[in-house]
Amino acid sequence: MSENLTPENDLSKSAKPAARQGKVSSRVIEHFVAPLEETPLVAVDKVDMTAAPLSLWADAWKNLRKQPLFIISALLILAVLVVAIFPQWFTHIDPTDQSTCSLNDSGEGARSGHPLGFTLQGCDVYARMIYGTRASLMVGVFTTIGVLLLGGIMGALAGYYGGWLDAILARLGDIFFALPMILGAIIIMQLPAFRDNRSVWTVIVTLVVFGWPQIARITRGAVIENRNADFVTASKALGLSSFKALVKHVIPNSMAPVIVVASISLGTFIVAEATLSFLGLGLPQSVMSWGNDISDAQPQVRNNPAVLLWPALALSITVLSFIMLGDALRDALDPKARKR
Amino acid sequence: MNVNERNTPMNDAETPLLEIRDLAITFDTSNGPVNAVRNAHLTIMPGETVAIVGESGSGKSTTALSAIGLLPSNGRVSGGQILFDGEDITHASEKRIIELRGNSIGMVPQDPMSNLNPVWKIGFQVKETLKANGLAGANSKDRVAEVLAEAGLPDAAARAKQYPHEFSGGMRQRALIAIGLACRPRLLIADEPTSALDVTVQRQILDHLDTMTTELGTAVLLITHDLGLAAERAEKVVVMYKGQVVESGPALEILRNPQHPYTQRLVNSAPSLSSRRLQSEKSKTAETQLTKPAVVAAPVATADDHIVQVSNLTKVFKIRGALGKSTDFKAVDDVSFDVKRGTTMAIVGESGSGKSTVAQMALSLLTPTEGNIKFDGVDVTSLRGKALFDFRRRVQPIFQDPYGSLDPMLNIYRTIEEPLKIHKIGDSKSREKKVRELLDQVSMPAATMHRYPNELSGGQRQRIAIARALALNPDLIICDEAVSALDVLVQAQVLNLLAELQEDLGLTYLFITHDLAVVRQIADNVTVMQKGRVVESGTTDEIFANPSQSYTQDLLNAIPGATLLA
Repeated sequence: MSENLTPENDLSKSAKPAARQGKVSSRVIEHFVAPLEETPLVAVDKVDMTAAPLSLWADAWKNLRKQPLFIISALLILAVLVVAIFPQWFTHIDPTDQSTCSLNDSGEGARSGHPLGFTLQGCDVYARMIYGTRASLMVGVFTTIGVLLLGGIMGALAGYYGGWLDAILARLGDIFFALPMILGAIIIMQLPAFRDNRSVWTVIVTLVVFGWPQIARITRGAVIENRNADFVTASKALGLSSFKALVKHVIPNSMAPVIVVASISLGTFIVAEATLSFLGLGLPQSVMSWGNDISDAQPQVRNNPAVLLWPALALSITVLSFIMLGDALRDALDPKARKR
Repeated sequence: MNVNERNTPMNDAETPLLEIRDLAITFDTSNGPVNAVRNAHLTIMPGETVAIVGESGSGKSTTALSAIGLLPSNGRVSGGQILFDGEDITHASEKRIIELRGNSIGMVPQDPMSNLNPVWKIGFQVKETLKANGLAGANSKDRVAEVLAEAGLPDAAARAKQYPHEFSGGMRQRALIAIGLACRPRLLIADEPTSALDVTVQRQILDHLDTMTTELGTAVLLITHDLGLAAERAEKVVVMYKGQVVESGPALEILRNPQHPYTQRLVNSAPSLSSRRLQSEKSKTAETQLTKPAVVAAPVATADDHIVQVSNLTKVFKIRGALGKSTDFKAVDDVSFDVKRGTTMAIVGESGSGKSTVAQMALSLLTPTEGNIKFDGVDVTSLRGKALFDFRRRVQPIFQDPYGSLDPMLNIYRTIEEPLKIHKIGDSKSREKKVRELLDQVSMPAATMHRYPNELSGGQRQRIAIARALALNPDLIICDEAVSALDVLVQAQVLNLLAELQEDLGLTYLFITHDLAVVRQIADNVTVMQKGRVVESGTTDEIFANPSQSYTQDLLNAIPGATLLA
């Protein structure tokens, strides 16, 4: 073969080397071949069977387990959950029973058995804080579920089908987006139907009505990103109907960013409930919640700040842990990090 | 001072411009340190063009980037030396590296679409480079135009006032070359400079780069995955494999007389270098009296048994313009062709030729504006309900992007099972058996079933996509650039698999591609498209031997390395 080099050598030396013939250097270039034992050949495109198979969620879990941010927030959330479900495990005083409050103790400081002191009504601050967890968390969790359902469906339909449906749903969302949530909630909670039946559920409905557009926007964006993916086209070419392709392929692939935003907004819904309760528009006085406690404590913030401090602290820690969880999830579910 | 520096190496031509000795590069990842490059060595003499060839992940870009101090933040040189013009720059200070960048070592990045800042005018971006290297004097505007004109941009002064989005891919790459060469570096690192471009544009740009660097005496370090292109453009070729240099030497010698088994593999499977249709091992040994293996595969096929008949197909898209006016854009214009059962028809064209639109219409995912497509004698557009569902079973697509064509949320078992489920074939037990069979057919281990797409390589994903397409025993498979995104060896593997399956199952392929070299390996017939129209069609042998249209001729000539191994 190497004899063939000569004529082309001459050709390329004359004038400027013709690119199409390949270039030949006038310098001596050493032909190096690595010893085979140092560069062993592997079969082309061999499947790596060493690692255990991992789904997106398993992969994210593996990632999360090592993150301190996730561990701390998950432990805190777990603690809050246990407190919400079994408040009686944490205090022997049942503050729902009015007889546990005694005006004799009004505004008293901490003493044995009552580590955080008493409210103006003489109720135990610690017990109220423990029992208030449930209402606050319920509002957060159920509002998030409601927002996910309503916003998720609206956003998915708008993003997937586009056109006039998208235009209508997007404008509808914008209208709700434009109204400040608290202002809107004040108006709704004043409606007779809501005002007369105030409970945890009316608060949840109100917050869902004003909270869904955010989730709808995120879902819509994620769905638009995925609706033209080749695997969606492929499944349509397999005979899957357009709607089934949405449910089976597009929505599962759009969940990650939605879940991240949902976990962050769970915290903000708890704050919103507290705000509404503080303004006297949220939960009825009969329901124990952090927001109500803060509201009650507000008039005497100067002579007994501890009464306000403790429910506010519980609220902050809970909200913070949900926001931290959202941050950790965002990192773990980042699709860019997943493309190995 | 600059002049002096440039003259020094001239006195002694044997001082290498860039010398890399025993280079090792380590990346710190969450799974511990990974040795991306080991024992790499390479020398570039002044004015010389050296090409690094390797598949993705072979460490070719990493090696080149280390010379200009642009390794990602988690990467570091963990051993060896990098000498630029005799000066050790392995661990040079940030200041010194910045001094070298631009006026001593220039760079042309890979992706012309993302490497120009979309918010700045082209001229500004060129001027930025000149400024950074202290070369923007009072007449910087003229200099910018000059530099752009040198890179082959017509009407450079006006072009400099445009934004990147107003440029085509080829023009952007020219602008990037202009930026890379603006400060007259002595070494230009070109990282896959034309991989994203059409072959004809690729050829023009490489020709121009060649002339420019020859005139300026610039040495070029060309990084490419295409051995044919490397051999055509460089004096010296360095082959890298899994982070190591396996072979290096004079370009033509490497091509004609490869020594290392990996290089031999590369030379044997480079599509641009091979010149015959792929046949499976079986038919090679059988060597029947019939010339076309595909005919053997489908004994029922008679001369006129056309499974697909496309006649006068036209597709018009409405493009929304300014002020709500819409203009018509004819993506496909009066296209006709027939596909014989059991054969492969390739539709070739550059980007924007309308070839993928034809594929979408053939899959009945788009409705033609005019004309029709007949599948087995029935007009595809008239299909409704059950008939359409049945059509879906018989025609299957395989797409280009192996990263996008499998649902990342489903494991491989569920991916391949999906078509069976949709068409309600078998129970869960028989489906599992079928999935195992299919995996075997595409030579994937059965244990792959439980894995997820992100754990597989591009080629493996493409094989899974083939298995999914085969699940329903289709008659026609439409491959839309099915191998374009794969490394050469993997590409050859997938093409071989397709050829084997065609023989075993009597499949018909409609093969959409921009790569004529691949066409020669897989297709029996070719239809060449340009700007929505059919330019030429015929059997593969005819078209390659005697292209009657100059466009086809251009396309053929543009295949890199085509003339080197005649």
